[in-house]
Amino acid sequence: MTLLSVQDLHVTFGTADGAVRAVQGVSFDVAAGETVAIVGESGSGKSVTANSLLRLNFGADVRIDGRILLDGRDVLAMSEDEVRSVRGRDVAMIFQDPLTALNPFYTVGYQIAEAFAIHHPGTSKKELREIALDSLQKVGIPEPTKRIDQYPHEFSGGMRQRIVIAIALVNSPKLLIADEPTTALDVTVQAQILELIAQMQAEHGSAVILITHDLGVVAEITERVMVMYAGRVVESASVADAFSTPTHPYTRGLLKSVKSLDTERHERLESIPGIPPSLINLPSGCPFHPRCGFAETLAGRCEREVPELRLVGASRSACHLPEDRLLGLLGGLS
Amino acid sequence: MIYFVLRRSIFAVVLLLIVSAFTFWIFSALPSDPAALTCGKNCRPEVIEANRERLGYDKPLVEQYGAYMKGIFTGRTYGEEGSSIHCPAPSLGYSYDRHECVTSLIASTLPVTASIALGAFVLWMGIGVGLGTLAALKRGKWQDRVATAFSVIGVSLPTFFLGLIFIMVFVIWTGLLPFPRYTGITDNPVEWFMALLLPWFVLAIISAATYVRMTRNGILEVMNEEFVRLGIAKGLPRRRLIVRYVLRAALVPIVTIAGLDFAFLLGGALVTESIFNLPGLGKLTLAAVVNSDLPILVATTMVAAVFIVVANTVVDILYGYLDPRVRVK
Ligand SMILES: Nc1ncnc2c1ncn2[C@@H]1O[C@H](COP(=O)(O)OP(=O)(O)OP(=O)(O)O)[C@@H](O)[C@H]1O
Ligand code: SF4
Ligand SMILES: [Mg+2]
Repeated sequence: MTLLSVQDLHVTFGTADGAVRAVQGVSFDVAAGETVAIVGESGSGKSVTANSLLRLNFGADVRIDGRILLDGRDVLAMSEDEVRSVRGRDVAMIFQDPLTALNPFYTVGYQIAEAFAIHHPGTSKKELREIALDSLQKVGIPEPTKRIDQYPHEFSGGMRQRIVIAIALVNSPKLLIADEPTTALDVTVQAQILELIAQMQAEHGSAVILITHDLGVVAEITERVMVMYAGRVVESASVADAFSTPTHPYTRGLLKSVKSLDTERHERLESIPGIPPSLINLPSGCPFHPRCGFAETLAGRCEREVPELRLVGASRSACHLPEDRLLGLLGGLS
Repeated sequence: MIYFVLRRSIFAVVLLLIVSAFTFWIFSALPSDPAALTCGKNCRPEVIEANRERLGYDKPLVEQYGAYMKGIFTGRTYGEEGSSIHCPAPSLGYSYDRHECVTSLIASTLPVTASIALGAFVLWMGIGVGLGTLAALKRGKWQDRVATAFSVIGVSLPTFFLGLIFIMVFVIWTGLLPFPRYTGITDNPVEWFMALLLPWFVLAIISAATYVRMTRNGILEVMNEEFVRLGIAKGLPRRRLIVRYVLRAALVPIVTIAGLDFAFLLGGALVTESIFNLPGLGKLTLAAVVNSDLPILVATTMVAAVFIVVANTVVDILYGYLDPRVRVK
């Protein structure tokens, strides 16, 4: 069953330098309980997309167009109060940096209880404390009865991220958005946090949108992956397909830029040549064409026409190359 | 926490000792001879020397300092039996110019300055924080522009100028207020209030200007903090978010600065007191400067230093209460 349906999402920021077109025509669905990853280079619009789902795009001059249907209700058409009641209850967020995500002036117990109390007015203090204790226990904070009255700065980064997760899950949301939840953490802690998210998801049955740079993370806990480039989705596929038969030159580049994940053999590390385009002055046609090794084989079409997402094998890809070439991207050139 | 308070207090006392010694040393190093200033221009040298001995200026500096500090606790008697002058504890010296114990001079002027400072402080915090908050919440709207204009004008207005304008407008032209003449609050609260109204506003407007900007910028900065974004993502109602997340964080540094500003004002509002003819510490100091009345200068400097050191300590301790991150267990 479709939980979330994003249709033709556009997000533009007015800045002194001109309009930053951070997201351009992104569409995707997330089914209830499904785990979807969004990957892409820095600045590709992953966070902006995620933030628009709860209308959390701040900034002086933001324009959001399109439709974001959550259980059939358009988030973009809701009143302030309606969005507020969705935030934290139906859709919860985990941000990147746990060191700054918690309010330094209140105890962690208070902050967990608060997240519950906002959406369940009239809950007694005693009940709230029970709920906070229970949450701390579930996310693996040792000695919760003692820790509940401590302040965020008394916890390590990994522990704080667990608390952020506890806050996110206290209302059993239908959708959990995790924007690079492990990037700011110690490598040793990263795996634990991911495992915790996976475990919590299994328990609550929430759908998860996981934003990450780390393809290893994608392989580990998600079912489907969306690759973003310059504010567009360029490929959408099951994780298995994306890794075995990427159907977009950019995805192929991403895969090449990390060590091989499922074999012992170390592939040569190469990053995608060139830099991401300016979102104020986007290249014509396919935004990837200045960096794409295949563009010249298509006689200028890449510079003229923006490729739309279409079905290629079992995946969806936004590239002008013919289907057979897209399906053979890895084989032919590696 | 008690340990923290204790440690800070001991530190404050040590700091005060150092400051007082330094003040003493600085003023004694001035080229003017305090003994020579005890009598007029055509004074005979014998009188000067007699006075020097009487006031203790013939002793080595360290001894003078010792006697001064002792005087603070036990009081001090100048001269021999018969023609001696006694200043009871806490004695801060004797003004040969005014023929009065400095302590009693300060005791009579401090309430005036304290009245000015207290009222101005309440007003400026109200205006500064209130207007600053409004400006931040209505960023870019007309409220913001009004607040910004207020703060720019306030910062650039000299105190004496604003004071004179106020007197012109409210006293001379419209006659809404009588010309300020200070009356003790216990003598006549209404007159006390009327006399202080203008100085309060002058000081408040000028200080509030800075606070409007600090509050506005502080709030806008905090609003970009990740924890505020998480607060919004939690679904917090706007009011709760503003009070518990934004203001709470933005006001902590402002409270700190406000404490020090208040202490500074308690040391004497020189210009304001002069313009509005208020017999406070500032006027006392100013007169002492004009008359080279060293004992008064030493004492007012020390009193001001005490206020600032005490405020610093209080603010530090308060900070510990306000911000759990610096709270010591
Ligand atoms: N408030 C804003 N005002 C102006 N531009 C913005 C704003 N927020 C984001 N952008 C721009 O939108 C683009 C996409 O940003 P976004 O944060 O979504 O990237 P991302 O894919 O999440 O990158 P990263 O991996 O670094 O987090 C960036 O170029 C960024 O500069
Ligand atoms: S459309 Fe052209 S430029 Fe874009 S990815 Fe495909 S081949 Fe490369
Ligand atoms: Mg991001």
